[in-house]
Amino acid sequence: MAHSEETTHVTVIPPDTAKIKKLWMTAGILLVITLLEFTVAFTVPHEYKDVRVWIFILMTIVKAAYIVGEFMHLRYEAKILMWSILIPLVFVVWMLVAFIYEGTQISVARFFH
Amino acid sequence: MASTSVATAPGRSAWDGGVSPMGASYGKLMMWFFLLSDAFTFSALLVTYGMVRSAHQAYAGTVEAFKFSASYWPIPEKVFEAVPFLHGVELPLVFVGIMTFILIMSSVTMVLAVEAGHRMDRVAVEKWMLWTILGGLTFLGCQAWEWSHFIHGAETGKAVADGTTYFGASLTHNQYGPRDFAAFFFFITGFHGTHVFSGVVLNFLIYYNTVMGVYDRRGHYEMVEKVGLYWHFVDLVWVFVFTFFYLV
Repeated sequence: MAHSEETTHVTVIPPDTAKIKKLWMTAGILLVITLLEFTVAFTVPHEYKDVRVWIFILMTIVKAAYIVGEFMHLRYEAKILMWSILIPLVFVVWMLVAFIYEGTQISVARFFH
Repeated sequence: MASTSVATAPGRSAWDGGVSPMGASYGKLMMWFFLLSDAFTFSALLVTYGMVRSAHQAYAGTVEAFKFSASYWPIPEKVFEAVPFLHGVELPLVFVGIMTFILIMSSVTMVLAVEAGHRMDRVAVEKWMLWTILGGLTFLGCQAWEWSHFIHGAETGKAVADGTTYFGASLTHNQYGPRDFAAFFFFITGFHGTHVFSGVVLNFLIYYNTVMGVYDRRGHYEMVEKVGLYWHFVDLVWVFVFTFFYLV
C-alpha cells in the first residue's frame, strides 16, 4: 500500500467464473420478479387492492434483499455490520404504520362524517 | 484493504483498538452509515406519499371508466402510459419498466466493475465502469422525457371550473388528480434523479482515476467498491419508488 513508484507492476488475478455467474443469476432473479410484478399489475383486478398491495410489498422486499445482500455484499460482511445497518430500519416500519394510520383517519374524518 | 479477523490479545476486546471489529475500512463504514441515513430520507418521502394518498379519496369505479379528477387520487397506470416515439398508443407502465430494466442492468455492470477491482484488473474495471455510466445517463435521459411528458400533459386534459381545460402539471395545478399528486411526483422522482446524477458524476470520477492508474498505484480498488455501494443504493431506492409510486 505504501509503494507509489511510477512503474507499478500489477498482477491481475483471473476472474472467478462461479462468482460472476452468481452475479448474473441475481440480476436474472431481479428481472424475473419485476416481470412478475407487471403480471400481477395487469392480471389481479383493482378490486382486490389489499391483495395487490401486499404482493407488491413482498416482491419489493425480496428484490431489496437481493440488491442489499448480493450486490452490496452485506450478507457476507461481519454480522455486527449487517445488523448495525438493518436494525435501525425498524424505525421505518414504525413510521410507515403510524403515518398510514394517520392518513386513513384523516380520510375518515374528511369523507365519512 | 481492511485487515479482517485479527486475533485480539488476551484480556482485550475487539473494541479496545488495534483491530477492525466490523471488518471494513473507515471509508466503507461511513458510506454504509451515510446510506442508512439516506434510506431514512427516502423512507420519509415515500411514507409521506402514502399518508397523503390515504388521506385522499380513492377512485371507486372500474379501471376502464377511469377519468382524471381532482377529487380522487389517480390510478398510476392511467397517468404513466406513454412511451417515446409511440405517440397516442396506450402502453401503461411500459416506459417505467424499461427504466427499471436499465437501472438493474447498470447495477450488474457496477458489481462486475467492483469484482474486477478486487482482481486488480484495470481494463475490466474501465469497461464495466463505462457501461455503468452509460446506463446511468440513459436512465437520466428517460427521466427527462418522463418529466417533460408529465409537465406537458396528455390530449384529454382536465376541465377547470372557469370553463377552460388544463393540460399537464405544474406545482400549483395538474390534470391528473389532486395537487399533491404532481408535487410528490416532482419531489420523489426528482430527489431520486438527483441521486442518479451525482452517482453518474462519482462513477465518472472513479473511471477517470482508474484510467489514470491511481488505484493501481494505490494498490487497491476500494474506491470502486464504495461508489458501487452508492450506485446500488440508487437502484434500491428506485425499486421502492417503482413499487409505491407506479404500481400500488
